[in-house]
Amino acid sequence: MISQFFVLSQRGDNIVFRDYRGDVPKGSTEIFFRKVKFWKEDGEEEAPPVFNIDGVNYFHVKMVGLLFVANTRVNVSPSLVLELLQRIARVIKDYLGVLSEDSLRKNFVLVYELLDEVIDFGYVQTTSTELLKSYVFNEPIVVDAARLPALGPASLFMQGTKRMPGTAVTKSVVANEPGGRKREEIFVDIIEKISVTFSSSGYILTSEIDGTIQMKSYLTGNPEIRLALNEDVAIGRGGRSIYDYSSSAGSGAVILDDCNFHESVNLDSFDLDRTLTLVPSDGEFPVMNYRMTQEFKPPFRVNALIEEAGPLRAEVIIKIRAEFLSNITSNSISVQMPLPMYTTRVSFELEPGSIGQTTDFKEANRKLEWNLKKIVGGAEHTLRAKLTFSQEWHGNITKEAGPVSMLFTIPMYNASRLQVKYLQIAKKSQSYNPYRWVRYVTQANSYVARI
Amino acid sequence: MAPPAHQSHRSPSPSQPSGKGEVSDLKLQLRQLAGSRAPGADDSKRELFKKVISYMTIGIDVSSLFSEMVMCSATSDIVLKKMCYLYVNNYAKSNPDLALLTINFLQKDCKDEDPMIRGLALRSLCSLRVANLVEYLVEPLRSGLRDGSSYVRIVAATGVLKLYHISTSTCIDGDFPSLLKQLMLNDPDTQVVANCLFALQEIWSSEASTSDEASRERDGLLSKPFIYYLLNRIKDFSEWAQCLVLELVAKYIPLDSNEIFDIMNLLEDRLQHANGAVVLATIKLFLQLTLSMTDVHQQVYERIKAPLLTLASTGSQEQSYAVLAHLHLLVMRAPMLFSSDYKHFYCHYNEPSYVKKLKLEMLTAVANEDNTYEIVTELCEYAANVDIPIARESIRAVGKIALQQYDVNAIVDRLLQFLEMEKDYVTAETLVLIKDLLRKYPQWSHDCIAVVGNISSNNVQEPKAKAALIWMLGEYAQDMADAPYILESMIENWEEEDSAEVRLHLLTATMKCFFRRPPETQKALGAALATGIADFHQDVHDRALFYYRLLQHNVSVAERVVNPPKQAVSVFADTQSSEIKDRVFDEFNSLSVVYQKPSYMFTDKEHRGPFEFSEEVGHLSIQAPATDNVILAQRVEENDKDLLLSTSQREDAGAVSNNGSAYDAPLYDGSSSLLAVSSAPPSTSASQPSFDIDDLLGLSLQPAPAPLPPSPPVLHLNAKAVLDPGTFQQKWRQLPISLSQDFCMTPLGVASLTTPQTLLKHMQGHSIQCIASGGQAPNFKYFFFAQKVDDKSLYLVECIINTSSGKAQIKIKADDQSTAQAFSDLLQSALSKFGMP
Repeated sequence: MISQFFVLSQRGDNIVFRDYRGDVPKGSTEIFFRKVKFWKEDGEEEAPPVFNIDGVNYFHVKMVGLLFVANTRVNVSPSLVLELLQRIARVIKDYLGVLSEDSLRKNFVLVYELLDEVIDFGYVQTTSTELLKSYVFNEPIVVDAARLPALGPASLFMQGTKRMPGTAVTKSVVANEPGGRKREEIFVDIIEKISVTFSSSGYILTSEIDGTIQMKSYLTGNPEIRLALNEDVAIGRGGRSIYDYSSSAGSGAVILDDCNFHESVNLDSFDLDRTLTLVPSDGEFPVMNYRMTQEFKPPFRVNALIEEAGPLRAEVIIKIRAEFLSNITSNSISVQMPLPMYTTRVSFELEPGSIGQTTDFKEANRKLEWNLKKIVGGAEHTLRAKLTFSQEWHGNITKEAGPVSMLFTIPMYNASRLQVKYLQIAKKSQSYNPYRWVRYVTQANSYVARI
Repeated sequence: MAPPAHQSHRSPSPSQPSGKGEVSDLKLQLRQLAGSRAPGADDSKRELFKKVISYMTIGIDVSSLFSEMVMCSATSDIVLKKMCYLYVNNYAKSNPDLALLTINFLQKDCKDEDPMIRGLALRSLCSLRVANLVEYLVEPLRSGLRDGSSYVRIVAATGVLKLYHISTSTCIDGDFPSLLKQLMLNDPDTQVVANCLFALQEIWSSEASTSDEASRERDGLLSKPFIYYLLNRIKDFSEWAQCLVLELVAKYIPLDSNEIFDIMNLLEDRLQHANGAVVLATIKLFLQLTLSMTDVHQQVYERIKAPLLTLASTGSQEQSYAVLAHLHLLVMRAPMLFSSDYKHFYCHYNEPSYVKKLKLEMLTAVANEDNTYEIVTELCEYAANVDIPIARESIRAVGKIALQQYDVNAIVDRLLQFLEMEKDYVTAETLVLIKDLLRKYPQWSHDCIAVVGNISSNNVQEPKAKAALIWMLGEYAQDMADAPYILESMIENWEEEDSAEVRLHLLTATMKCFFRRPPETQKALGAALATGIADFHQDVHDRALFYYRLLQHNVSVAERVVNPPKQAVSVFADTQSSEIKDRVFDEFNSLSVVYQKPSYMFTDKEHRGPFEFSEEVGHLSIQAPATDNVILAQRVEENDKDLLLSTSQREDAGAVSNNGSAYDAPLYDGSSSLLAVSSAPPSTSASQPSFDIDDLLGLSLQPAPAPLPPSPPVLHLNAKAVLDPGTFQQKWRQLPISLSQDFCMTPLGVASLTTPQTLLKHMQGHSIQCIASGGQAPNFKYFFFAQKVDDKSLYLVECIINTSSGKAQIKIKADDQSTAQAFSDLLQSALSKFGMP
């Protein structure tokens, strides 16, 4: 049971504020914002998602540079409230097409309408976009996604790095398109976040894939859908999920450690032929989440080296090799590496003829940054950087720098080899042939090479 | 709310317009529109209403527009209506007179033919929060509960709860709770059922303290038919309502294990739900149901591991934090069950530190012979991390693992390697750890001191680290060639040392050094005592003076005080008592887990959660006739501990051995424990002073090792007191320990104690009832209870008797703390009579 829900901007302005129970004193938004902004407790710089001030428990989730907040005096389930905040954001996104400060400000009345139905007297009523449709009357004022200003790296409001890459779909589920009629289409996205840690010798220490099959349906009349996965998908490792890299390599099967499913998914034939049946409701939702620690081929090999080159100098060499097929291209790659504390200057040396690459030395936090627009499968790129120190260094320089971390997105690639074999839509008539989009994308979560 | 763009030109700050001028503008415009039926009037109204609500959102007071808003609300436009309701609900409470204006149109709307309008109006009517308007609310609410549309019934069910909060008497006198109950048991719509359920839970639990009927009804929610009524249609409920139902079922007490398995099989697939809240509620239920079945309980741990790990890695960072906090709790209770999953607790470089911290603690807990090497290797990587707080935590984690006694040798080497990194904070953390390590394993002193001796004291600035270094200088003065001279130079810089802790350590270390190497230290000691006595800090001054007088009195006595032979510390005190940890476990799937403290520490009584009421019902899954529950209650307690409480057992052992040494040690050992204070955390945190004080009392009231002569009992006990095991269990967890004492049994008593049963009859004769007992010679364990005649307050007792030593350990918990001592006297007098013919 929650007392208030509100959305704050980066500056702490109320964008939406709703009080459900009237048992939290005035000024809660300011109290909350001040606490989050100037958080310094237990040596931590970042406020945890849940904290208590004077008997009021505040929950917050950061999304698209906004703070979604709920509070309560009751000892509730934290998972429930945090999940709820996430869902409220998702419902709003379904309605507005784009979730941003601008779209919220333009559509606040609609948001209030939604909030009225989602929560009553602090208790959750429904978060289903489908059900809410019949109670919500405001038409969304659609914001052009392309014109959205990129969010600056204001540290407090950095988007969670674990955030799923946004799908390109920015249509509202309720608004009609300029042309009048809605286009019949359905999107199925297989989104994988991968985490890999390489040891200094290039050996894989840990690896994990966290995946989601996400669906967004714009089909009218809620037809039933069948989604078939590869038949060699297996779940669980003999019932136990133990990190064990040797057991399954080479067998070819896709072995998931564990997975969970959306409520609407019918699993009756899943054990038999790995198909999921469901009647997708409107809006975006995860059909299935899965986790895999089975060994897989990492898309990039990273080699990093730091060597002393005189009393006040050192050289860093970073080499990345794309180990996927040449018809696949990874984009927006960013490589970062913390440098020794006494680094004052860095001169970079890119390979000859390189395009779309930038380098930077962030003095404030002594970090080297190397950005590449794209990397084509099979390609290899090298960066050399000469460091100058302000004082002589003793001890082991490799303990002063690194590890190298990497962010990237690879469209049409998935590391787990989990696939949607086919997507079947129950036909209403002969001519009914909606657009179907099945897309794959892989993103780095924590991709680290130690030196 | 964002004012439209053109507003920003007028006001100095675009986000916070001053408001005054704009509000009176709005007032005018609203008036003009109020009666207008011109085409497009509704659109203009919409724009104006939007503006009003946007001001309301950013906190500008627009209550002065109340009457204009109400005038404009006579419309059929549902969007306008909704905005108007929102406005009215926001300001009605502070403007009760004006709120009356709205009653008319709200009541009218409650009779609209469109169920949506009826529902909306009823919701707004119930949300006015104005006490003297409730009379207008009763009838619409009553018909709402009977409405043909489930939407209206859903709204009405919540409306009853709102009415209860506005005017309790109107709600109760109007017999609304029983209407709700009817609805809850019969309505085909599960959302109606769910809303009735939470409304009744709130109403009955707050009424239960004054009304027996409410309390009966409240307990009725946990009756088998009702629980099954909910469980059988669990999948019809929305995911949020499922959480509500699962929370309720977690308090249900099944009759036998078949029932437990039935429920678990029925809910098994809830563990695969994508909504983390559903999964956690299911896990709580499984854990509670199986508390009394060790094997199954352990299987539950195995079963829930994978879903928890999946939730932790697939959700948003915030969700995964909440899940990890729960995983953390389970790992701490049963680390060995997670020891092969340690790689899941490795940190990602980009995780927020609140997540990393939890993971580091889990890594520390699960370390065992098989994985320590890998875990420590990983932790050593973090120690070089750019994130300094996490680097520190990682070093501390390595130290904790070392203290856990696993493979200590290799770890010591690696700890010492930290010192070679020559980073100030790494050195500082490492020094503190090495000091603790030496206190536990003095055998490593040789290896450690050789490395520590090479550290320049100038590079150590943090007080804790400095104190640790100084302690080592004093303690191992004979092994460190420079010790007296380092101390001397520190004493010369006495004035620059800000930390009193460091100065205290400096005094003691110099004393110790003096006894080991008198000629070299004499000068330094003189200087230390002189500056120490002149120190403005009271403790430093006192200690210096004390040493000075002690030395004057007798040097060899002084040596015995300052430098006694020391025993290695076997276990360092844990910061949290096992009681607290158990309470937190009982409150699984609540904020208690995230905060790592039980709810009474951060929230007031009425906000402990909608399910708090059933706390008293207890966790015994089996309620059987009195003869059986004696054994059963015992088994629950024991099983729970055997499986899960390795932490608390460790700590119990520690407490015992600490007490033991406090007793055996000669009096002069006191000064060395002064030193110990700085490193060993106090046994309980400041927030629960009662524990500390009770412990102190327990010690100081220690009776002489002879049976106390029975003092005249002022307390009268109810000879026929009854208590069910569940209530006992609950109370035992809730109450703090009032008294904890040791008692010597009479030889006759020991001789008579051949089976546990003999004592039971004897105690019964003294109006002290046994609720559970067990054990075999020489160890017997009993749980007793007794009840005061006059006010029915209870005393609960845990009594462990060792027949070979003839000692009994007694822990007493009392409703009425002030009479705990009197009861204890009574109990001891009864015990001392045991075995007498």
